Amino acid sequence: MRKVGIAGVGHTKFGRVDGSFLEMLSLAAVEALDDAGIKTAPGSVDQVFVATMGAGMINRISGVASALVDTLNLRPAMAETVENGPASGASAVKLAYMAVASGICDVVLVVGGEMMRVVSGWEATDFVATMLHPEAEYQYGLTLPAFAGMFTRLYMDKYGVTEKDLAIIAVKNHENAMHNPVAHIQLVPDLHAITEDEDAHVINPYVAEPLRMYDVCPVSDGAAALVLCAMDIADRFPGKPIRVAGIGQATDTHVVAEREVPTDLLAVRLAAERAYRMAGLKPEDIDVAELHDAFQILEVAISEEAGFFPRGEGHLAARRGDTRVGGKIPINTSGGLKAKGHPLGATGVSQVVELVRQLRGEGGGRQVQGARNGLAVNFGGFGNNVVATILSREEE
Amino acid sequence: MIIDKMEQSLRPPETPMVPYPAKYITLASGEKMVVHQIDREDVPRVLEAIKPMITVEKDFYDVVAARIYAELLGYYRYRVKDEYCLVGTVNGVIAGQVNGRMLDEKVGMSYHTMTLKRGLRIGAQLFAAKMEYHFDFLGQEEVWIVAESPIGFRRWMIEYELESRPEQWHELGGVPTFVLTKALWEKHKANKCTGRRPVSEEMLATAKKLILP
Repeated sequence: MRKVGIAGVGHTKFGRVDGSFLEMLSLAAVEALDDAGIKTAPGSVDQVFVATMGAGMINRISGVASALVDTLNLRPAMAETVENGPASGASAVKLAYMAVASGICDVVLVVGGEMMRVVSGWEATDFVATMLHPEAEYQYGLTLPAFAGMFTRLYMDKYGVTEKDLAIIAVKNHENAMHNPVAHIQLVPDLHAITEDEDAHVINPYVAEPLRMYDVCPVSDGAAALVLCAMDIADRFPGKPIRVAGIGQATDTHVVAEREVPTDLLAVRLAAERAYRMAGLKPEDIDVAELHDAFQILEVAISEEAGFFPRGEGHLAARRGDTRVGGKIPINTSGGLKAKGHPLGATGVSQVVELVRQLRGEGGGRQVQGARNGLAVNFGGFGNNVVATILSREEE
Repeated sequence: MIIDKMEQSLRPPETPMVPYPAKYITLASGEKMVVHQIDREDVPRVLEAIKPMITVEKDFYDVVAARIYAELLGYYRYRVKDEYCLVGTVNGVIAGQVNGRMLDEKVGMSYHTMTLKRGLRIGAQLFAAKMEYHFDFLGQEEVWIVAESPIGFRRWMIEYELESRPEQWHELGGVPTFVLTKALWEKHKANKCTGRRPVSEEMLATAKKLILP
């Protein structure tokens, strides 16, 4: 198999995007192509993957990948749309990796995007809930925040995680986002104000108890893009591509109630293990991580399943500051889904963009000094389909 | 002030209204917002803060700002009966305002809510303060409410579970009227309305500076 690298990255500002869905994707795509020194011309890329969960349902547009190819003048590039719920982005990256590694393609463009703010928050929540089991879960009104609330309650009972622990993580992520110009939310909540102050119960109300508003990611629009290439043609690109060192994916039961241990995220553990194995790395070799913190409890749980901390101690590590920039393993330097935002199809791609920036030394105020290896975990469903991606900076 | 008979006849009679006691709220940023009622003489200052928004199309700021401008000017020039205006300030800087009036002893007419410092749910807090004024201080039984923007519709109509009363004509016209009843207020106020009193003299003095954002 050929070695695969990332030669270009692009990222729109997450938040509320004006303009059309295709325009939004195009902005990210063109930025990535520019970054890779590639002109938008026929034959300049071999394949385009577009990751999106909601384009058809929310934005009433299907065949997005074909449309994007035409919009960007990339015909006759091969093109597919990839849907794996909130893990669509990382799945698209995986498929792009396979396309290059197999020798079928030399250069692949991956674009992930979502435009969710065209509908109300309730409609967005309902649309996201369609990834739950239709008979066992969705028809009873279960939503992702509801699942996360129940999961959080179990985690609190089992491991002693507190509401304040989740707030500590949220504040950390918001602080990181202040150094990320594309982050949706550019504001740092005050820890005391959102936890212990007399007004906290109104300022930071419960969304799905015990999860509060500041424990939950916002509804965001946005797009992110990558240009993947074969490392053996790296000299065609302006800078040395960052290598995709490992990819792992795993699935778990669709019905969450059927899992043996409800607080285990087995698919995360297996996906991470497979990625580490492929990369020849261990958790302690990872210098920076982007973990899927749609709900802050997931940053805790995923950090444990990814092997950074023993089971039940992820929140203790956060309390100590181990996950801050400058700490033992900085997590979500981009601001995470919590503060950077979570346009579903874009998220997995955006996580990889952040790792590329970190490994290139382009992290600015949120840079992890000397970062060489990064891990991204993109969480589909409520952990029923998870993709882990490891990037490594190769020395010159 | 001496006013002539013509001006006298053009001014609506005023109902004595209990003043709104100022309070302060800790926002998510850790900053304190003071919510206090302004006097007529403060209106020109607030108008200066609102005016620039008249040309901002995003989130219907233009329509709302234009209407608030007219409403507050009407209050200032004694041409609206029993109107009030509450302003939220952070470190003395105007962060938002709400206004409305008493239709009669029992019914309040909510006018508008405008946030100038975004991202901290200030509008939600000021709206709650307005409803607190109508129910808990003016002793009214219901407040009629409309909305121009989707954000307003979500925050008021949906989150407060307002009663739809399309047959009731709201002074702002056009859109269907929704009503916050006393029962709905009692149901929701614990989760929606917060703040502490009294506000210190120092804090109030700073708030009354009404610094333009």
